Amino acid sequence: MPTFLDFEKPIAELEGKIEELRHLATSGDINIAEEVSRLQAKVDRLLRQTYAKLTPWQKTLVARHPERPHLKDYIQELIDDFTPLAGDRLYADDAAIIGGIGRFRGWSAMIVGQEKGSDTETRVRHNFGMAKPEGYRKAQRLMHLADRYKLPVVSLVDTPGAYPGIGAEERGQAEAIARCIATCLKIEVPLVSVIIGEGGSGGAIALAAANTVLMLEHAVYSVISPEGCASILWRSAEHAQDAAEALKLTAADLLKLKVIDGIVPEPLGGAHRDRAAAIDAVGDAVEGALAQLRNGSDDYKAHRRAKFLAMGSQMPEIR
Amino acid sequence: MSWLTNFVRPKIQAWVRKSEVPDNLWDKCPNCGQMIFHRELEANLRVCPHCGHHMRLPVAKRLELLFDDGAYQRIDLPKADLDPLKFRDRKRYTDRLKESQTTTGETDAIVVARGRIGAHAVVIAAFNFDFMGGSMGVAVGDGLVAAARLAIADESPLIVIPASGGARMQEGILSLMQMPRSIIAVEELREAGLPYFVLLTDPTTGGVSASFAMLGDIAIAEPGAVIGFAGARVIEETIREKLPPGFQRAEYLLEHGMIDMVVPRSELKATLVRLISLLRQPAPSAEIVPLPKLSPALLHGPREVQGEAGE
Ligand SMILES: [Zn+2]
Repeated sequence: MPTFLDFEKPIAELEGKIEELRHLATSGDINIAEEVSRLQAKVDRLLRQTYAKLTPWQKTLVARHPERPHLKDYIQELIDDFTPLAGDRLYADDAAIIGGIGRFRGWSAMIVGQEKGSDTETRVRHNFGMAKPEGYRKAQRLMHLADRYKLPVVSLVDTPGAYPGIGAEERGQAEAIARCIATCLKIEVPLVSVIIGEGGSGGAIALAAANTVLMLEHAVYSVISPEGCASILWRSAEHAQDAAEALKLTAADLLKLKVIDGIVPEPLGGAHRDRAAAIDAVGDAVEGALAQLRNGSDDYKAHRRAKFLAMGSQMPEIR
Repeated sequence: MSWLTNFVRPKIQAWVRKSEVPDNLWDKCPNCGQMIFHRELEANLRVCPHCGHHMRLPVAKRLELLFDDGAYQRIDLPKADLDPLKFRDRKRYTDRLKESQTTTGETDAIVVARGRIGAHAVVIAAFNFDFMGGSMGVAVGDGLVAAARLAIADESPLIVIPASGGARMQEGILSLMQMPRSIIAVEELREAGLPYFVLLTDPTTGGVSASFAMLGDIAIAEPGAVIGFAGARVIEETIREKLPPGFQRAEYLLEHGMIDMVVPRSELKATLVRLISLLRQPAPSAEIVPLPKLSPALLHGPREVQGEAGE
């Protein structure tokens, strides 16, 4: 059974009807076939209408959709010879962050990102994509490795945020995130990030201080979750919709704010309705971004610095 | 240096001007509950004389405490776009900003100043917790970039003193982007070979702790300061457990290897002077005057040699 979001109810009902009719249909029943195609057209129209004007809160729900493709799906479809690399060499292996070397459209590359899991068991194993310090330290290690072997880095971001726990704090969550951002900024190879689902705060930017930052059309990227923002500023998590609105967390808003470099369109009705098409679109976009970087200046570090320094006021020159 | 003010304020003041505070004013220590004479508390750098609890110190006092003779030069920062998102919760962000500007007399939550510490030129960027909880938005990012660049231009160490709950939500993603931006600032300083000290004060959390604040060459914390990434309440709600005593306090971080030292306020300046001197004057301080090179002619007879040894 597919999962439907609240605002998808009319669509769900129509699709339910289509299913029923299909079950009833004996072979060659023209009337039913016509009715099915009429309803299907209606579904498509409704999907197009609904998804063309999703509110920021609705996008947040789509970004968190359990059937949305996750990191592992992208790796499976896009990366040949993927060889996962484990551990931070300091404490543990954090399954919330998966990384490794593989071949992306022919080129060796380092892939790293958060995995949320797709059922109860895997969600627990991957801690819902919420990394601990060892995850960010693994990511640092892999980025340094990529740097040494001159491999481009592709990061796919999908996390509610860094894990808030006692052990994570004791082992230096803040330091691990800070140094992970610093590592993104320091490596001399191209770094392309795609926000594929949820770009949650520090846990997201830890992997996304990149030369090119792309976002899937219905992904969200924010300094704080709408719920967290609402409970602080509105004193009630019930205002999450207002907070989502105010935070400007959609791909279109972030492109306008020049925080991201491009939007990857999603298939009709969101990435979860046609996972293969969504994954291919991300693959094409990453390939394009890497090609563009390869053709530009080869000082990727200077490029990143200039880009993020510009996200603030114009600073006067000293002397 | 177009943005720099040439306005020097020799702010040598008594800690408390008698006219400001009546003699009979008392404060209550939030830690031990003891009553303290307001004047006594101020004279003790806002540290409780009974239990040693460190209360928050206003930025101006902090700068007076650290800079030689309490004298320093404040740096004017460029005017930031203060409301890029046109953010509004129950209140307009611009109104919240105006309120904070009125009550603090500052434009935003960071003060950048240059002066001398133990005769060494130093740049300090200090957070003002009273300004929207010291939260980091674009203007604070500007301050950190300006401070690092000024330190590089002056070839002086940089001391950053966070007191911040984290990112400024009202600036949304742009506040998150100040994390990489501030890290670039301190990396530039590091590449210039200049020392970067962080003095972690209460509180240093969220996006501030997870960026420049945890990347100091030397990390000093004030006793009892709360330092961490996630808020204690969020952690308790997530794990449904009570947090251990002293969790996320400076001493706890020291024990877990996250900072170099916990230093009481009264010893901060001396500690900084010592560290700056050790890093910046690696040669023995009793001046060893190199002998002048002898010209071949001088090798032959005892004649008075005019030394050239300068400083
Ligand atoms: Zn006390």
